[in-house]
Amino acid sequence: MAQMTMIQAITDAMRNELKNNENVLVFGEDVGQNGGVFRATEGLQKEFGEDRVFDTPLAESGIGGLAIGLGLTGFRPVMEIQFFGFVFEVFDSIAAQMARMRYRSGGVYNSPVTIRSPFGGGVKTPELHADSLEGLMYQTPGIKVVIPATPYDAKGLLISAIRDNDPVVYLEHMKLYRSFRGEVPEEEYTIELGKADVKREGKDVSIITYGAMVHASLKAADELEKDGISAEVIDLRTISPLDIDTIIASVEKTGRAIVVQEAQKQAGIGAFVVAEINDRAILNLEAPVLRVTAPDTVFPYASAEDVWIPDHRDIVDKAKKVYNF
Amino acid sequence: MTKTIDAVQDQFETFQILSEDGEVVNESAMPKLSDEQLQELMRRMVYTRIWDQRAISLNRQGRLGFYAPVAGQEASMLGSHFALDKEDWILPGYRDIPQIVFHGFPLYQAFLWSRGHFQGGQIPEGVNVLMPQIIIGAQIIQAAGVGFGLKKQGKKNVCITYTGDGGASQGDFYEGLNFAGAYAANAIFVVQNNRFAISVPVEKQSAAKTIAQKAVAAGIEGIQVDGMDVLAVYAATQQARERAIAGEGPTLIETLTYRYGPHTMAGDDPTRYRTKDLDSEWEKKDPLVRFRKFLEKKNLWSEEQENKVVEEAKEDIKASIKKADGAPKQKVTDLINFMFEELPYNLREQLEQYTAKESK
Repeated sequence: MAQMTMIQAITDAMRNELKNNENVLVFGEDVGQNGGVFRATEGLQKEFGEDRVFDTPLAESGIGGLAIGLGLTGFRPVMEIQFFGFVFEVFDSIAAQMARMRYRSGGVYNSPVTIRSPFGGGVKTPELHADSLEGLMYQTPGIKVVIPATPYDAKGLLISAIRDNDPVVYLEHMKLYRSFRGEVPEEEYTIELGKADVKREGKDVSIITYGAMVHASLKAADELEKDGISAEVIDLRTISPLDIDTIIASVEKTGRAIVVQEAQKQAGIGAFVVAEINDRAILNLEAPVLRVTAPDTVFPYASAEDVWIPDHRDIVDKAKKVYNF
Repeated sequence: MTKTIDAVQDQFETFQILSEDGEVVNESAMPKLSDEQLQELMRRMVYTRIWDQRAISLNRQGRLGFYAPVAGQEASMLGSHFALDKEDWILPGYRDIPQIVFHGFPLYQAFLWSRGHFQGGQIPEGVNVLMPQIIIGAQIIQAAGVGFGLKKQGKKNVCITYTGDGGASQGDFYEGLNFAGAYAANAIFVVQNNRFAISVPVEKQSAAKTIAQKAVAAGIEGIQVDGMDVLAVYAATQQARERAIAGEGPTLIETLTYRYGPHTMAGDDPTRYRTKDLDSEWEKKDPLVRFRKFLEKKNLWSEEQENKVVEEAKEDIKASIKKADGAPKQKVTDLINFMFEELPYNLREQLEQYTAKESK
């Protein structure tokens, strides 16, 4: 099996779908000859031609509108927003147009658009490049939100996202792009959207997380093990819709849970997971469900991000608090 | 030294074929339309005028819901639509209901859309239109995409989209024109400049003397047309369509028009921002009066024909309202099912809850 970085797995998924379906189009700023600012589309224009893989003018709202229009004429657009901090420019196209196309037309039309976009802290970007804005997407009915944490998941989830007949926001954590390699089959495979993955089994406390925090959580679980605490790490993979069955089954087993997100605390995924656990498994709980999050500021200037972004020590502390409650 | 801006905007003269008296003032631009086609254009404008009057009345009786009046804009709307092929796409704004109805969207569904019923959004198979857009300008970037898609598929079809003078101030307007130009998309952008964006006069929207000149910055064709002259609007759109399907790129058409009524029937009072003098100045340009004069001189229109259309329109509206009245009571459970192709867990649970609630 091939060893790939996450970005290679993402390119591989797009290549697979460009081959698989002639209606798949890949476009965005700099995605053509340049292969994207992170090289996610490296070589794709050369392989599939400018008709299929092409640059757009520099205007995110226009890219969103283009995707909607191409979708209406039978194409399957895979559009890139160069950095997810630029999503505010294209919010109408995503939240008010694509996400409502099926609803507004009473099921007649749909927007089979995949919106790929890098996000996430730890790589010292200028402002509005690294923000975790998935909460805004989560609050928007009509779209799915996927955030892979490993190369294997990245490929299978992106193929599923492209094949999905509803709009999918597919967020790629920049810190994970090239930080490690993992086994990725060369042949195609899909991972069902809306299914979490138990990345590590445990019996004492559930750590529910996604994105780069999966890796911080796994490191925390190693630390906790040294202190005799067995932590289960659940990688949500899709944050909208949540895999509620996997979350609840884990909490029923452990009776204790924390939710870890890189995003600021207010109105985030973590808050919603806590609410769902309260709704569905409160009698199984031995302790309150706590959250590990960033503070409620905008994403910090680069030199402060190491402190701002939660790390494995924060997770260990919070897990112990719940364990010792 | 001539200022560049003057040199550019002075070139945008208003294209006209029929004068206010129905005289042909631009013979060489006369479109090749048969007598039957000319009569059909008139029929559609008369029909739409009656429909508008009935819709306003139905709205006042509380039987219609949301309605944006169209009287005054018939030539602009229906002349441009008349240049289209059945397979062409229309991305309408919320006032552009006549165009989509004459493109095949059933009138009773237009009434259901006004009433906020989901069946008003269910465009029938083979009718290439979108639901009327509420967000000003959103349809313009989408039209660039549809037009680009048609081009990619090698289709000899276009996507036409409509907005107003206010819409030409939106960022999406500029992005849409620019994208369509960059890809030479099969698109036509119609700005119906009815002089007021709700209450704000067009002079306050922009320093530009015309909206048509905004095409220049996008590198595409632009033309300003007398929007009360149905033949001029038709001819301009027909030429734009020819250019688009020949691969020569999109066109921006500004139609100079006027809405006689309020912005919508939801409480807008035009006397707060328009003078009676301005109203009567524009009523003198009326598209129906002008075209009727033209046709009468050619013996192509009579009072009898006009009355026949009026009766036909009234009957259609009556029947369509009746049909709309027969639509099933709208349920939240119907709406839940339109959120995704397959419902996620939360909506599945909520579907159950609302099925129980609605069966009580």
